[in-house]
Amino acid sequence: MQIYLPIAEISVDAFLLLGLGGAIGFLSGVFGVGGGFLMTPILIFIGIPAPVAVGTEANQIVASSVSGVLAHWRRGNVDFKMGGVLLLGGLVGSTFGVWLFAVLRQLGQIDLIIKLSYVIFLGAIGGLMFVESLRAMSRRRGSAPSRGKLHKHNWIHGLPLKMRFRRSKLYISALLPVGVGFLVGVLSAIMGVGGGFIMVPAMIYLLGMPTAVVIGTSLFQIIFVTANVTFLQAYANQTVDVVLAILLLTGAVIGAQFGARAGTKLRGEQLRILLAAMVLIVCGKLLFDLTLTPDDIYSLGLSE
Amino acid sequence: MSRAILVFAVLLCATPARAAPLVVDLSNHLVAITAGFAGAEVLLFGAVDQPGDVVVVVRGPARPVTMYRKTRIAGIWVNTAHMTFEKHPPKNGNPPSFYAIASSRPLDEIAPHRVLSRNGMILEELDELRLPDAKASDNVEAEWRAALIRNQEQAGLYQTEVKRVGFLGDRLFRTRLILPANVPTGIYRVEVVLFVDGAVIGAQTTPLFVSKIGVEAEIFDFAHQQSAWYGVIAILVALMAGWLAHVAFRKA
Repeated sequence: MQIYLPIAEISVDAFLLLGLGGAIGFLSGVFGVGGGFLMTPILIFIGIPAPVAVGTEANQIVASSVSGVLAHWRRGNVDFKMGGVLLLGGLVGSTFGVWLFAVLRQLGQIDLIIKLSYVIFLGAIGGLMFVESLRAMSRRRGSAPSRGKLHKHNWIHGLPLKMRFRRSKLYISALLPVGVGFLVGVLSAIMGVGGGFIMVPAMIYLLGMPTAVVIGTSLFQIIFVTANVTFLQAYANQTVDVVLAILLLTGAVIGAQFGARAGTKLRGEQLRILLAAMVLIVCGKLLFDLTLTPDDIYSLGLSE
Repeated sequence: MSRAILVFAVLLCATPARAAPLVVDLSNHLVAITAGFAGAEVLLFGAVDQPGDVVVVVRGPARPVTMYRKTRIAGIWVNTAHMTFEKHPPKNGNPPSFYAIASSRPLDEIAPHRVLSRNGMILEELDELRLPDAKASDNVEAEWRAALIRNQEQAGLYQTEVKRVGFLGDRLFRTRLILPANVPTGIYRVEVVLFVDGAVIGAQTTPLFVSKIGVEAEIFDFAHQQSAWYGVIAILVALMAGWLAHVAFRKA
């Protein structure tokens, strides 16, 4: 059933979108990731203009993060103070990101920057995950894992403006989470992602937060950052397609239910290797398309 | 200009009882883009008062358009040059967002090239597709123009292949205007010209409205006119959906 998307201004099969939402929702349920970093490139592959894919995906992530954070909140796994500080950086970063997005769009470079950002981040994250899960699998067969130091002291702990985060059991400079929030905010605006796939490793390895509160806290701040991105993209660039967002999130919500159940039955490392392989495939396809000689080196830009 | 020719033609007409050398109408003047829109077909029909050739030109609303050209940088194709086709005085308007042409016989058999070109029937020679001398030299201009036409053709918006106008007897004619799913919205101008022995005898222009109708149109207008509220509503919808999903999860 073809449906005309009012903002993307193209007709797409509604069941294709529901199915995509379902499939990515399933994966996000299995792996406990947001899925934005897979959904946005796939939307671009099926012909949704890149700016609309990015703006709409931010809108969809608001919904999936809300349902996620409520579950974590009930279990007390949200550090609101840390979330607030991250959010401070996130709001500034995402506002800057939307502005940057509009400038790049004017220059006709937004498609390239979106795709390049994906190639770089998907490549890095996918590669790291792949290596790590291979290592974990060989470790299982071999000797017991050696545990590193829980807390390393380095230049990071010399930064000013120290704050105490009770829930995370941390006493660190506020500049650090503000910086992380800012960076992820910029990426959120440009790539149409929640940024969990960067935020979560940064919280664990850079800030040293306990794993239990990481997901809930990251989701908490992602809601506000993606809401900010949604508002600003809608206001400044008119690139949020609510019809597309509703179709995707309907599928995603249902898919995530099944995904979460399936996830408990599968082994951790195998899952991660699967996810890593998928991330690398998407990354490879994007990179390949960028290097492929186009049929026509001339292309139509935006007509206002 | 064609209007002046029309008046002139009417004045020259030997039998004043006949008001116009041709009459034309469309099967409908409104193409509505709704949820299931997958392109449309409009029937154009009319009659002429003497045997001759008919040429139909359809133009979409005029809008400036920017073209980009890629070059390879470090293995990756990057937009490195751009050119905007837009109105510039004295006589060049913005390029049409849609262009299609149909004729009762091959164009070169109907009239001399010069006459066709003057009447906007040779796409490559439209004034609207010219670039000012300050922007591009002649051969650079030709390259950009060819690229614009090629890309618009690829998108189905410039239909360079001349379609057929069919005659029933030698007075009644008809043709089909085919609009693809991605037609731009706005007021289209459908111009029908009657040629006899290579000269323009009469012309009639009729409008065709292409607009979004229904929920899609309202969403689009709302998003563009009340952008801030649209953003707020988009967020509220997402918050609601997320909360509903959470409730459903808990019950399950």
